[in-house]
Amino acid sequence: MIFTVMVNEGPYQHQSSDSALAFTRAALAEGHTIFRVFFYNDGVNNGTRLAVPPKDDRELQKEWSALAKEHDLDMVICIAAAQRRGLMDASEAERQGLDANNIIDGFHISGLGQLIEGSIQSDRTVVFGD
Amino acid sequence: MATKKFMYVNRKAPYGTVYALEALEVVLIAAAFEQDISLAFIDDGVYQIAKGQNTDGIGMKNFSATYKALGDYDINKIFVEKESLDERGMTADDLMDLVWEDEDDDWAEKPSIKIVSRAEMADVLADQDVHYSF
Repeated sequence: MIFTVMVNEGPYQHQSSDSALAFTRAALAEGHTIFRVFFYNDGVNNGTRLAVPPKDDRELQKEWSALAKEHDLDMVICIAAAQRRGLMDASEAERQGLDANNIIDGFHISGLGQLIEGSIQSDRTVVFGD
Repeated sequence: MATKKFMYVNRKAPYGTVYALEALEVVLIAAAFEQDISLAFIDDGVYQIAKGQNTDGIGMKNFSATYKALGDYDINKIFVEKESLDERGMTADDLMDLVWEDEDDDWAEKPSIKIVSRAEMADVLADQDVHYSF
């Protein structure tokens, strides 16, 4: 089956990122296809490379990043939600005249159309949020 | 591209959190994809389409007028759960007048809002292909 996964809450504050990560791993392990993972609302915060959780805690952003690399996942951060919350890739930071960027490998910034297209192309859309 | 039934489930009050505003942003983008779009308002979500919203005191943008524009995007299936209204002391009269123009009926203005029971809402939701829950 083909899935699009939507993550609407930030890491640590809420369980939805952990649950979405577990779901995505399980779906891949069962041989399903993840068409896209789309990060919206505070979910965009899953894509920062500047998080430094305590040593005895999990590193959610790095886990997503590693999963994307391992399975060549298409992981999209919504640009409108990202701009509000200060998530920037290099080209967007340059376009906005900002002095830094903070996106971790494996994520890229794009528009909400990617969510709609993902849901059209997938058999199921699974939303993780509050 | 295939046409699917997309349902936007709105459960939260319009201010206090960003969910209502960002849900509306998805709906407006989705309108360009020529899919079959419905909106559901349940729980505190019914406040999103309440009449007479005024955000002067809280420093947030009053985006309620955007719901009135949905009809212009051919988004005219808006389901509101009756029990959620009842539980908040609200009736249909407390909701904005959301309408659309039917081009097959000489552009007659028709109501977009349909008030349904909780049981009917379950049927409406079961009939969809994609659910986005906010």
